[in-house]
Amino acid sequence: MNREDFIMLNKDIVYLDSASTSLKPKCVIDSMNDYYFNNTSNIHRGEYNEAILNNKLYDETKMEIAKFINCDKREVIYTSGCTSSINMFVLGYMKKYLKNGDVVLLSKSEHASNLLPWFNLSKEIGIKIKYIDLDSDYKLDYSSIDKLIKENNVKVISLAHITNVIGDIRDISYIGDICKKNNILFCVDAAQSIQHVKIDFKKYNISFLSFSSHKMMGPTGIGVLVGRYDLLEKMEPLFLGGDMNLDFESDCSYSFKEIPSRFEAGTMPIAEVIGLLNSIKYINNIGVLKIHSYIKELRDYLVSGLDKLDNIVVYNRNSDSGIVIFNVDKIFSQDVAIYLAHYNICVRAGNHCDKILKDELGVSNTVRVSLYLYNNKEDIDKLLNALKNIDKIYDIIL
Amino acid sequence: MDDKIRREIILDNYESPFHKGLVDDNGYKRVSYKSQTCIDNLDYQIKIEDNIVKDIRFDGDACAIATSSSSIMINNLIGKSVDDVRRILYNYKNMIEEKDYDNKIIGELEVYSNISKQPNRINCALICCNAIEDVIKN
Ligand SMILES: Cc1ncc(COP(=O)(O)O)c(C=O)c1O
Repeated sequence: MNREDFIMLNKDIVYLDSASTSLKPKCVIDSMNDYYFNNTSNIHRGEYNEAILNNKLYDETKMEIAKFINCDKREVIYTSGCTSSINMFVLGYMKKYLKNGDVVLLSKSEHASNLLPWFNLSKEIGIKIKYIDLDSDYKLDYSSIDKLIKENNVKVISLAHITNVIGDIRDISYIGDICKKNNILFCVDAAQSIQHVKIDFKKYNISFLSFSSHKMMGPTGIGVLVGRYDLLEKMEPLFLGGDMNLDFESDCSYSFKEIPSRFEAGTMPIAEVIGLLNSIKYINNIGVLKIHSYIKELRDYLVSGLDKLDNIVVYNRNSDSGIVIFNVDKIFSQDVAIYLAHYNICVRAGNHCDKILKDELGVSNTVRVSLYLYNNKEDIDKLLNALKNIDKIYDIIL
Repeated sequence: MDDKIRREIILDNYESPFHKGLVDDNGYKRVSYKSQTCIDNLDYQIKIEDNIVKDIRFDGDACAIATSSSSIMINNLIGKSVDDVRRILYNYKNMIEEKDYDNKIIGELEVYSNISKQPNRINCALICCNAIEDVIKN
């Protein structure tokens, strides 16, 4: 749908790598160009019209985000991306309040950015990491959560809402309830879900929510951390400097601005904030539910097409998102990606930033196709056609 | 070189690589090589005695270019003196990087002479070379 809004599709390209980063609609790019061409200014420090306009847009974006995921505007912090959001609360909050022996539950299908910051805490302060079991579809085995909670001193559960390899959608409402009952902090990595699934920060009892703008049709270089207000009150700012301090003296004393300003040090990516605002509006104009059901329809079409090819193994047949991972018999995934690139079909090969899922999946590398709203059945037909002729791969790539 | 022959040599060495599979022997030095830019992940074992490369083995997950070039390179290196190995690696690297090289020294490895036209494959073609260079440096 809406293909005409995506200039990049004017090239003869089949873009099937939206889980890496999404294409941006023209209105998002235009809004950023408008800032650069017509309304450049810093924020919070000018009395002139452009600065006042940008202050307003900066604030409006927070309100739009707050409405989008149902949180308080003061709980929204701009970061440089999902990775920096997760690092911000793990280092700024968890490092201070977790203790040696406290248990954090993760899963083996998390992205590196929801694993390594925790591994770092396990090294630095001795927290224990336990993995929630995955079932035969590599989805979360919910029954193992209760068991892990009973047997361990679980303080935090940190999970992707949708994983970036398996593409399974976790029931974060259910897990949020468990966390509430057991007084456990619940951290949700929404990098792969924010663009097509409804998230309710308050209702799902989320403590910290992280996502990137570039996967939701916004610009790169900006992401969001949403933190429950009482937790943000205790969180340490990791960066100190301009625009986050209230006051400081030559005797080295200083004080911070209110929340969330104290977490936004230095000049923020203003053009990107404006781009993000417009990407959220763009999503809202279509509606997440509509986007999701469209993606699901495309996914089913793709999987049934792959099923008709006999040299292909699909690993996540029963997932519900736009992510499909597969391998072609006896062909290295990277070679498949290079072959497809020959037809301007953009996919990704590899472990997709999860190097421990191989323990479960039995293979380290796969080809990943990821769909978004601007894809159509013709894109999928082109992919399937190329895969049908893959016996010619070496004539093409060598 | 004729495209068809070039392709056949690469493919033969990819589908049935020589010297694949590691051995349990302390006489070998081992290096693991994970590509920084793609997903090739290979281990090499090298046995040098009296300044002669007696044997090289490799194993792991890698693409057609990384696997086949390891197989051909190793074939070329076994039995050579460390100085000869240095010379082969130097000329091979020069070829991949589009610099001057002596094609008599690199032999069959010339099948990769066009690889620089596919910039994202250059690293794949250099993995084996870099790994072995690491070992003989020490
Ligand atoms: C599930 C998940 N979490 C986190 C990230 C990290 O996002 P970013 O690279 O934008 O910081 C990604 C990106 O691929 C992801 O898919």
